[in-house]
Amino acid sequence: MSALRNLPGWARWCLYATIGMLVLDVVQGFDDTDLLTSEGASRAMLRWGLPILLAGLGGLFAERCGVVNIGLEGMMVLGTWFGAWGALEFGAWWGLLLGALGGALGGLLHALATVQFGVDHVISGVAINILGPGLARFLSSEIFNQKYKDVGGSITQSPRVPTVGRMTFPFLSGGDLFGWTTPDFLGWFTGKDWFLVSDITGFARGLTSNMSWVTVFTLALLPFCTWLLWRTRFGLRLRISGERPEAGEVQGVNIYLYKYIGVAISGALAGLGGAFIASGELSGVYKEGQTAGRGFIGLAALIFGNWRPSGIFAGAMLFGYPFALDLQDLEGKASHALMLVTAIALFAIMVWAIVRKNRTDAILAGVLAGLALLWYLLADTLPDWWAAILPYVIVLVVLIFFTKRLRPPAAAGRPYRKGGG
Amino acid sequence: MTRIASVLRRIKTDAAAPVMALVFAVAASSVVLLVAGSNPIQAYSDMLKHASKLETMIDILNRATPLFIAGIAAAIGFRMNLFNIGVEGQYLLAALVAAHVGGLVHLPAPLHIALILLVAMSVGAAYSGVAGVLKVTKGVHEVISTIMLNAIATSGLIVAGLQAWQAGGGLGGNVTRVGTTPIDESGRLPNLNGFVEIFTRDIGRDRELTGVLVVAIAVGVAYHVIVGRSRFGFDLRASGANPFAAHVGGIPPKRMIVTAMVLSGAVAGLVGMTEIMDGGVFPANPIQGLGFAGIAVALLGRNSAIGALVAALIFAFLDISSGILQNTGSASREIVQIMQGLIILAAVVAYQVTERARAREEAKAAATALAAVAS
Repeated sequence: MSALRNLPGWARWCLYATIGMLVLDVVQGFDDTDLLTSEGASRAMLRWGLPILLAGLGGLFAERCGVVNIGLEGMMVLGTWFGAWGALEFGAWWGLLLGALGGALGGLLHALATVQFGVDHVISGVAINILGPGLARFLSSEIFNQKYKDVGGSITQSPRVPTVGRMTFPFLSGGDLFGWTTPDFLGWFTGKDWFLVSDITGFARGLTSNMSWVTVFTLALLPFCTWLLWRTRFGLRLRISGERPEAGEVQGVNIYLYKYIGVAISGALAGLGGAFIASGELSGVYKEGQTAGRGFIGLAALIFGNWRPSGIFAGAMLFGYPFALDLQDLEGKASHALMLVTAIALFAIMVWAIVRKNRTDAILAGVLAGLALLWYLLADTLPDWWAAILPYVIVLVVLIFFTKRLRPPAAAGRPYRKGGG
Repeated sequence: MTRIASVLRRIKTDAAAPVMALVFAVAASSVVLLVAGSNPIQAYSDMLKHASKLETMIDILNRATPLFIAGIAAAIGFRMNLFNIGVEGQYLLAALVAAHVGGLVHLPAPLHIALILLVAMSVGAAYSGVAGVLKVTKGVHEVISTIMLNAIATSGLIVAGLQAWQAGGGLGGNVTRVGTTPIDESGRLPNLNGFVEIFTRDIGRDRELTGVLVVAIAVGVAYHVIVGRSRFGFDLRASGANPFAAHVGGIPPKRMIVTAMVLSGAVAGLVGMTEIMDGGVFPANPIQGLGFAGIAVALLGRNSAIGALVAALIFAFLDISSGILQNTGSASREIVQIMQGLIILAAVVAYQVTERARAREEAKAAATALAAVAS
């Protein structure tokens, strides 16, 4: 185990990914399907996972500056509305910007209530989750249902919105570079049909080809956020607001200001996630209720990722995966195979608990693993709702077995008053 | 006389914050309406005129009943510093199972009704209890676990239940969803129209005052008495105010957490009763969002039974008023949702501000008293 810990981060993640692919590869053989590692599955995973990633990053900025943000869902709803409206009025890129601004508006409201007035963070978040959809609906009735009525707008829906262009990575997946079509490196391997290798390249090809510029932009945000939070003075000050605000105050940091900025960024990221959902990349239209709790899934990804960007990314992809699979999986074979993966993961937790001599956890994990295995063996296909709840189940399992190993920011959710320490 | 004066003063201080919040919300909504080009005065007068009709009042009471129950469910948790965000999932799941069980059995009226209520309360309590047990055994924060349990209930268990318990056999192919098997007449609470009509004219337009109102009143009274007047209620409030002090005082903190969550869930289980007792089925598209609205009701009502009653009536009035705005065209009906959100946000801010002002005053009074003793 210690050898594993000494590996650099990128190598460890590569190792995990390879092990994951190996498990998927073997398991899908039992169910006679190749959807689990298909190019289409990975592309859909990325599209479904990115809004979750954005919501999770939104949660990260809020909690790192010490404010719990249950209102992510409401801010995301604002993002979907402003995203669609901006795209209709000014063009696709403006939609993303306005979506982010709409979310930031919700974030500022949350900051005003929690930082300025010291309202409990969860309470303010619940209020924003009521206010956000209400505002979106009101605005729809005033704008989509009037100005855009003739082109398909209504109180619950906008007309189709314009979308930004797509790109394919040159060399890796054969994208164009200054008018020259580069060789399709990953595609060549995928075509060879070699065990594991072709599956990995096929999966990777889905992540590097025919992707929207929004996707590229969002993926670039991940390293940027990491850099901003852990490599800059701004990030240090923001994080101290969430760990030991009193200590920061003594150092002369304006904690209120950093909390305001952090929560506003949080709202902007959630809003961007909403705009992503409404953009051509996912639905291409604003629709009431289309966030479908993804703000909460983002919160789940935040916890799963232990309040770190790379972990949030892993969580977002993990949670996007079952949704993606569900869309492609007309025969139900893939989600059936996924149940076996779940059982294997639970058995792994059981072994881990046995090694750590934690008997109750081992028994609990064993029972859950047995149930999953039993379900896998007895049922031919899984019901359609299983994919919808899998993210939440995963997070509950993570919380049950790993809560003591999670490390949230020390002052997250705690009220802070200047000079009160 | 002094007693009356002190009661009056208490009402004044208690009501100041919510009244301020209401005024702010109305003012802010007026600005929104003006910007949107509607006449706010016209809209409000339409709403009030509509609400003064007997039939509308029945509608408001019918809507306020589940809101009030949900508010009490949330308040039980809040009293102990527990955020039961999961009222939403608990009431939907409870209503589904209760409707299914109620549709299966055939019993004489009082037993049938009692069984349905009991099943609903047990399911709500069990589902909420999971979050309580996870908190005390694994240290999982109840906000997170109840959010996850909400999602598992609404997008998983409810869908599964509706598919499996569809009236006239399971769901297959393109069968229209109709909800669960209808409950016999013996399992439904009779409406209260006869009672109301003693005092008023006949209720028209097929409006029926829900019998669940009686259940809601019972819940409110029980909450008021148990939390405010009993030993258990004292323990609950003490653990909420200061768990360490309460622990030292001999109140087991873990047991209190689980008990509070279970009680909160049991009450939450009753929220859906208006729907299944009146309609007789758990419909394919049940009313959602009552759980979150209940949290708002509890917050606005400051976790007291009377406060929750007033808050539930205000929210119900706004909900019902949206219809008349649509009819008269004086404003867009969606304004009421914005008003609800603003009221709740303004109320929690106002409470916080008055609370802090009071704490400051108390500190000042204590300081002057100390200075007087010292000199």
